Order: sequence, then structure tokens, then C-alpha cells
Amino acid sequence: MSEKTIAAISTAQGQGGIGIIRISGEKAIEIADKVFVAASGKRLEALEGYRASYGKVMENNEMLDEVVAIVYRAPKSFTGEDVVELCCHGGLYVTRSVLRVVLENGAVLAEPGEFTKRAFLNGKMDLSEAQAVMDIISAQSRQAVRCAVSTRTGALKKRIDDIKNDLVSLAGHLCAWADFPEEDIPEVTEDAITEILETAKEKITKLLSEYETGQAVIHGIDTVIAGRPNVGKSTLMNLLSGFDKSIVTEIAGTTRDVVEETVIVGDVTLRLCDTAGIRDTDNPVEKIGVDRTKERLSTCSLVLAVFDSSQELTDEDIKLIESLEDVPSIAIINKTDLERKLDINTISKKIKHIVYISAINGDGKQELTDAIAEVSGTKNFDPCAGILSGERQRAAAQKAQNSVIEAHNTLSSGYSFDAVTVCVEDAIDALLELTGENVSDAVVDDVFHSFCVGK
Amino acid sequence: MQTYHAGKYDIAVIGAGHAGIEAALASARLGCKTAIFTINMDAVGNCPCNPSIGGTAKGHLVREIDALGGEMGKTADEAFLQMRMLNRGKGPAVHSLRGQIDRLKYAAIMKHKLELQQNLELRQAEITDIRRTDDSDYPWELTTQMGAVFTFKKVIIATGTYLGGRIFVGEVSYEGGPDGTFAATRFGKSLRDLGLSIRRFKTGTPARVLRSSIDFSELDVQCGDEPPEPFSFETENLGENKVVCHISWTNEKTKKIILDNIHRSPLYGGMIEGIGPRYCPSLEDKIMRFADKERHQLFIEPCGENTEEMYLQGMSSSLPEEVQLQFYHTIKGLENAVVMRPAYAIEYDCVDPLSLDATLQFKDFAGLYGAGQFNGSSGYEEAAAQGLVAGVNAALSVKGQEPMILERSGSYIGTLIDDLITKGANEPYRMMTSRSEYRLVLRQDNADKRLTPTGRRIGLVDDIRWNNFLRKQEEIENELYRVQHTTLSPTDELNDILVSRETSKVSTGVTIADLLRRPQISYKDLSPVDKNRPDLHRSVFEQVEIEVKYAGYIKKQLDRVEQMERMQEKDLPSDIDYKEITGLRLEAQEKLNLIKPRNIAQASRISGVSPADISVLIIWLTRNQKKGGAQG
Repeated sequence: MSEKTIAAISTAQGQGGIGIIRISGEKAIEIADKVFVAASGKRLEALEGYRASYGKVMENNEMLDEVVAIVYRAPKSFTGEDVVELCCHGGLYVTRSVLRVVLENGAVLAEPGEFTKRAFLNGKMDLSEAQAVMDIISAQSRQAVRCAVSTRTGALKKRIDDIKNDLVSLAGHLCAWADFPEEDIPEVTEDAITEILETAKEKITKLLSEYETGQAVIHGIDTVIAGRPNVGKSTLMNLLSGFDKSIVTEIAGTTRDVVEETVIVGDVTLRLCDTAGIRDTDNPVEKIGVDRTKERLSTCSLVLAVFDSSQELTDEDIKLIESLEDVPSIAIINKTDLERKLDINTISKKIKHIVYISAINGDGKQELTDAIAEVSGTKNFDPCAGILSGERQRAAAQKAQNSVIEAHNTLSSGYSFDAVTVCVEDAIDALLELTGENVSDAVVDDVFHSFCVGK
Repeated sequence: MQTYHAGKYDIAVIGAGHAGIEAALASARLGCKTAIFTINMDAVGNCPCNPSIGGTAKGHLVREIDALGGEMGKTADEAFLQMRMLNRGKGPAVHSLRGQIDRLKYAAIMKHKLELQQNLELRQAEITDIRRTDDSDYPWELTTQMGAVFTFKKVIIATGTYLGGRIFVGEVSYEGGPDGTFAATRFGKSLRDLGLSIRRFKTGTPARVLRSSIDFSELDVQCGDEPPEPFSFETENLGENKVVCHISWTNEKTKKIILDNIHRSPLYGGMIEGIGPRYCPSLEDKIMRFADKERHQLFIEPCGENTEEMYLQGMSSSLPEEVQLQFYHTIKGLENAVVMRPAYAIEYDCVDPLSLDATLQFKDFAGLYGAGQFNGSSGYEEAAAQGLVAGVNAALSVKGQEPMILERSGSYIGTLIDDLITKGANEPYRMMTSRSEYRLVLRQDNADKRLTPTGRRIGLVDDIRWNNFLRKQEEIENELYRVQHTTLSPTDELNDILVSRETSKVSTGVTIADLLRRPQISYKDLSPVDKNRPDLHRSVFEQVEIEVKYAGYIKKQLDRVEQMERMQEKDLPSDIDYKEITGLRLEAQEKLNLIKPRNIAQASRISGVSPADISVLIIWLTRNQKKGGAQG
């Protein structure tokens, strides 16, 4: 077996009790050992099949989660290969983080249906199931043809073709120049290549960031409301909730997941959580709260920092402002109905977006809505413009991006153009994979992406 | 006509051009009693077009033919006039050797090699008929125009442009082969009667002009490399380049004459039905298709040491002779050129290569093989490569041995054949480096490493060559180890070298390999500080340097090769009826039944077979294997 080792979240994504990351393939145990540290100190490779181990998943010496790892040895597993399942504490953020670390350590993201496909290919399914698989695939290829002509797919394809065509003509030019050295073909200059690569990079970056925005639209933005006590965080919370009371839902959180409410502001869904203030403290209980706040601030997608207009900035306020330097954030100046004592300049030096509200008389609602749309990138977001859908497409776009960057590096470090061409062709391959045109070997794995049988 | 039985042979080769020669030599060398037929004994190994061998990607093919034990590279070395490694500045993947050759000498050497070869008979005869016999040992019968009837176990067709050849020069058109030879006029009908699907392709060649009528004084000179590098891994030393080439340009006047007379071109006038190669266009093609281009380059190349004929590369044309004269005379240096042979187009019969398998045998005609232009390719080197593959496989089949199948992930020859038999040819197929997705791995410098073990296995590589090969590979390994484990101190001498090459200094010891990885640093740069460097052949240093410098990129390509090889392992039996596999789309069923791919990898390259179809095939295969055990 020399197939790639694959991994994916194999439980329904959302707020389940636990989330399982399944890793399957030749290197499943080796990869799991890179990210998992057993409490017993025993490595997973030392375990027999059907054994579990308790420990932590680590990233850069920091714990991501406490997990239970279950080892299955080939052929006695769902896929018939070596399998490790990491059972985390659920919560989208934690589960995704663990998956990310697994992928960074050598696994590739499983296509939907790929575990099933491997199970099938390794003889884990019977003949009647096999017939079912074939029927589904043929039905699906017809469906795929129908999908391809739909507006949304068409718009995405157009955008990708636009990137691809530039790269194809670059590769074509480089090839012609190499294949016909005496045909008087205009020389390809380093500047011209650089320009094409940079344009491609920009366009792919845009695709990728819009994907993130799209995800935010669909799943909501992790938003932290921060500020010292009594500046009006709960008032803000109420104000936001008041945008559309019927949508406010209680989320069944876990101990780790601090999401308290989901609200819709304009077109944007915010997953709000309140936090403790940031201040130096000796109180051990409070210290935990402060540490957690800092952590939340560094991992969330949006911070609403609340300040009291009627008071001067405190040390605590300044600490908060400083911690927000690289975080998408909006400063919310509350209590504008009272006399202003706050020094806005200190805030505006660090935080670009400032909104004045008065929770009591409801001023500033629209300004806040606009600011959120702008900071979250949803302001100019057009869901019909053709965005990447699904992790598979995102991964292909990322692969194309990496190859374009590598081509750029190859060029700038002085390698010959044939090495650059190899990278450009990799990028084209990834884009073809994205649009489903590539009938190369990689795509054979790809076809199973949309069906899921026999589970 | 009165016929007579003229004998039984293992293998017949029809045609003694570049394909036929390699096929016949390989077959005879592998111990098969072989007869090779040529329509004209003085046209054996003829180069009716350019007086050169190799060029981009073609140079790779010549090296690969040589690595397998073929003859083209050695003979080109013996007849060489000038060698140039093209694309030196563009990276090792696209380095390609091209040699100007003495075309008369080349043909004479090749003919002599055929004459001296054991098990081989070279005969002048036009084959007029092919027929299947009732004798299962000798199932093929060929008849010559003189009435001689031969029987064979295998027949290799390598008829080039002779088959149904038709010459066009303006309004003038007549039956004929290249360089004033006769065409094979009857054999084509016999092949059609047999059931082959024959079609028409066309190609062309420029004029030859008298050297003394050319004014070279204002033309740019193109010299060879010093020292010239040989094609063959076995050639020790070539000596010095013997000739130079010259460069000139067409101009507005040339363009005007061609445009004024374009209606007299048989191609634009509609007289030629055959499809010509985009990659080797006639001058009128270039002017019509690239109307905004003001000038086109041409190379003036000598045809040999004992002739004054000069070849005008880039000036192929099928315009009338008097129009040709007019436009040649507009070109600098050619104002008074005397044309010895006019340019002409030639149209000929060939087959659809989709009807061939990877051994170049017809799928529907066991024992019948095709090679060269007959298979829809263009170029001497492409022809020779196929001839070698067809000859080897016909011989292996006679001997009851496993076929030699070259994969596209391992060679340009494999890529050429895979493209032909999987994608077909809508125009004469020319090899290019861009056709290989593995070109950083499939380099011309390592053709021996990739293919000599195969040549050895089939029996075309003798002990001496094999031992030389093993020694070279060992030297490469040892030197690779040495550069990776030898540390150079950060001396002033070293840093001076680094600075002079515009790269950063070092402050600690650094391995030779680390320095070679820098694009700016070559092996040669480091020789003053690399005191213990062993005395090795430059080809060893070349390979070590490329392997070190491009390691990251080579690794990427090797990963792709590995992926491809996994798909190659999934064999598709040749007796599948794809109509019976549910789930395949109709178009895929038809294409798969036509092409009969050997494995999933080849199937995935067929246009009209979608990724979904491939999955269905994988599933079908897996189920079939489970059901039938050894089956499939």
C-alpha cells in the first residue's frame, strides 16, 4: 500500500459531544505520534490494534486538546489500512485545529467518501455494495454535468479559467521558447514572468479570502466582546440581540466553547462571546479568566472592544487596545449620551474602526452594522460571484497558490526557467483539478468526492 | 504475373529509412532471421530533409535509442559535422543535442552496417502485396513487384513518405517518393484491402542551393560547441567541429512575393488534402498565420563535406519553382542563389496510430507492426525510436518472450508511443520537451541510467558496454556521496569565489552539495577549493551537479512518476468489452473499446474518458479481481 495517508473530521461538524479525527493509511500511526503525547508516555506505534490511549494533542509545545487516541491495525479497521482516531472534546474550533495539525504533519485531507472508497478497494465491502457504488457514480456524473452549467459554478469556473489561462499561456510561452530555440520566439523576461505570477497569486488570494468570508457568512463569525467591567458590554449584547430577537438562540456550549449567543447583524451572523476584562491580578480564579480572554482575543475573527465615553482611559483599557493590534476589531464608544471624557486619539491610533453608540436611546445601530460588514469582508461580498465551495476546492486553490509562490521563489533565487515551468505546471494542474477538468492521476482519487455509501 | 517462392524469414521490415534500419538491426541482433526491403538501394538511411540529427526533444530520443542499443546516435557521431547543445541557459530539462551531419556519409555508414549485420538481408524491391497465409508459423506473405513471394512470422511496415507518395511544386504534381525516388504505388491498396484505415498526411522540405552562389559575407555565423559532445554514450571523442552554419532573414519583399502568389500554393489552392504539421510549417504557412511578423529566420546548413549543396532550414515551400526563385533572391546572401533542388511538399499514406498497441503491433492484426511516419509521426528521430521498439518487440514475440513496453514516465520514447496510441495524431507528430510532464527526470544526460538496464535485459547491450555503464553509475553514486559529505572551510579563497559569482559568503564550514545547490555556483567554480576532487568524466560531474542542484524539483517529479506508476499497476485486460460495464458513459465505452488501454493510467489519458468513468473502471477491476482471483 503506497497510497497517501488521509485524515478528516469524521463526525458531523458542529456542537457534538465529541469530535473524531480519523487518520487512515500507511503513515497513520507515525503521523498521530507526531501530534499526540500520551499521558503514559507510550508511543502509539507501540500499541496493538483496538487499543486506546489517553493524552494531549500538541502544537508547538502548546496543548490544543485532551484526547483519546484509538489505534486500529491493518487490515482490521474500517478502511482496511492502519487507522488512528483522535477523539476530541468537540467544538468546531478545537476539532478543526487538531485536524490542521494532523495535516501539517504529513496527512492529506480526505475527500468526502474517500474512507469509503478505500474500504471498498481494500475489500471491506461486499459485491452488492460495489454495484451500488457504480450506480451512484454514473448517476452522479450526469448530475455533475448539470451542475457545471449552473450560474454559480459557471461564475467560479470563469474566475478560475481567468487565472489558469494566464498561467497556461505563460507555460506555453516558456515551452515554445525552449522547444523552438531557433524559431525567433520572443524571449520570456524575468519581469514578465514575475508579473504573471503576481497577478495569479493575487487572484488566488482573493478566491481564498472570499472563501473564508463565505464560510463566515454561512457559519458565523467568532466574535468576542471585550472591555473592562461596567463599560456596557451587556448593554451592547442586548443592543445586538435587539437587531432580531427571534434569531437569538442559545448554543449548547461545552466547557471550552464560550459562544453564548448567535445574532444576525445586517447580513452577518456573529457568534458572540463575552469575556472577563484584562488586568493584572493575583486572584488565581480571576487569572484563569484573564488568560482565557487573551487566548480568545488571539483566536477569534472579530473583536468588539467596548469603551466608556464618560470616563478616561484606564490601564486596563490601554492593555486591551494594545492587544488588538493585529486583530480585526471595532472600537465601540458607549454612553455617548453622557459627557465625553475619553481620549479617542489613543484608541484611533491602534483601531481603525470606531463606532459611537448609545445603548439607551439606540443611537449608532446602523453605523455598527456597517462597520461589522466592512471589517468582516462581507460588505462587498457577492455570493453569486463564484466562490469556492467546500474544503476540497479550497485545498486545490491553496495548492495552486503554493505552486505559484514556489514558482516565484524559484525564479527569484536564480534557478533556470525549466524549474520555474515545473512549478507553473503544478499550479495549472491544481486549478484543473479544481474545475474537474483534469483527467490526470490525482483526479482519479478525486472522483469519489461526492458520494458516501456503505457506512 | 509469374511469381516464385523466395524464402521464409522470421521478420520482414518494409522500408530502410530511419525506422526500418533500427527495426531491422534490432531484430537481427536479437537473433531473428530478418529481411529489409528498400525501393531504392541508394536511398537507405537517406535524410531527405534537414542535414542534421537531434534538436530539442529529438536529441533526447537519440540518446534514448543509443541507451537501449540502437544505432542512430553512433552513426550520427561518425558522420558529424558540427555539434551544438541547444538551450544551455534554459535548464537541464531542456538541454538538447543537435548535430549537423554529412547526410551522404550517414546514409553510406548505415547501409554498410545493414550489409555487415548477421541474420540480416538487405534487398532492393518494391513490396506490392501483403496477404495473410494459412500457415500459423509464417502467417504473413509479401510479394515484390518482380514476383518474389516471401513468408514471415512478423512484418514491420516502415514506409515513410514513399507509400502513395505524391510530390507538389506549385501546379506541378506527380507520383513520387522523396529526393526523386519512385513512390510505392500499389502497396497502399493492398493494406486498405487488408482492412487498415489509411489516411493522408503531408510534409515538405526546403530547397538546396549551391554554396558558391551564396554571399556569406554579411550573414551571421553559427558555430558548434567546443568541445563537441557526442550523441552516443559509447563515443569517446568526436574531434573538432568541421563546419559552420549561417543565419539570414526574410523581409517585406519576400513576404509580398509569397502573398502575391499564395493562390498558386497547392495547400492554399486546395490541391493537397493531407494534413501538415503545425510544428514544421512551410514559409507560406508562417506568413499566412503570423501576418504581422515582419521577418522570419532561416539557417543555411551544409549537406556534407563532399557536396556543395546547402540546405535552407526554415524555408520549406510548395510554391511553383519560379516563385521560389523570386523570393529566395530577395533574401540577404541569396540574391544570386542557384537552386540545385527546389523545395517541394509531399503527401503520403499513413495509419491512424490508435489502431496500434504499446509494442506498435496492430491490435487487430497479430504479427503486423508499424513504425515511423507510417504511424503518423514526423522526423528522423521519432521514426528511429519507433523502429527500435517495433523491431525489438517483433523479435521478442518471435522468441516467445515478454514484450518491451516503455512507459511515458520513464522515457521520451515511451511518451511518444503513448501519445500516438492513446491520443492519436491529427497532424504529423513531432516530439517536444513540453510533451513530457516528467522532463526534469527524463533528461538527455541520464538516458543511459534510465534505459540501458532495459537494453541489457532484452539483449542489445553487450558485456563491455554494460560494465562501462555500471562503472559510471557507481562513480556517480560515489561522487554524490562525496559532495554531500565533504565540508569546505570558510576560507577567503572560497568566499572570493562566492562573491565573484554574486552569492553570499559563508562563515562556517559548508558541504560541496550545499554550495552546488546555489543556482549561481557550478562545479567548475569550486574546483580551486575542492582539492580532493577525483578525476572523473565530465558526464559524471554533470549528472551529480544536476541531481544536487535540482534535487527539490526532481523530487516533485519523482512523486508524480510514483503516482503514475501506481495507476500503471492497475492492468486492464485486452479482452474487456467495455459496452458491458454498466456505469460507463457511451462515449467512454466507445473510446475504450477502440483504444483498449493497457491500464488505468493510459485509460485516464484518453480524451472523452472522464474521471467518473475511471472510477467505474477501478471499481469494476477490483470487483473482477475479487470474483475471478487471478483473472485480470
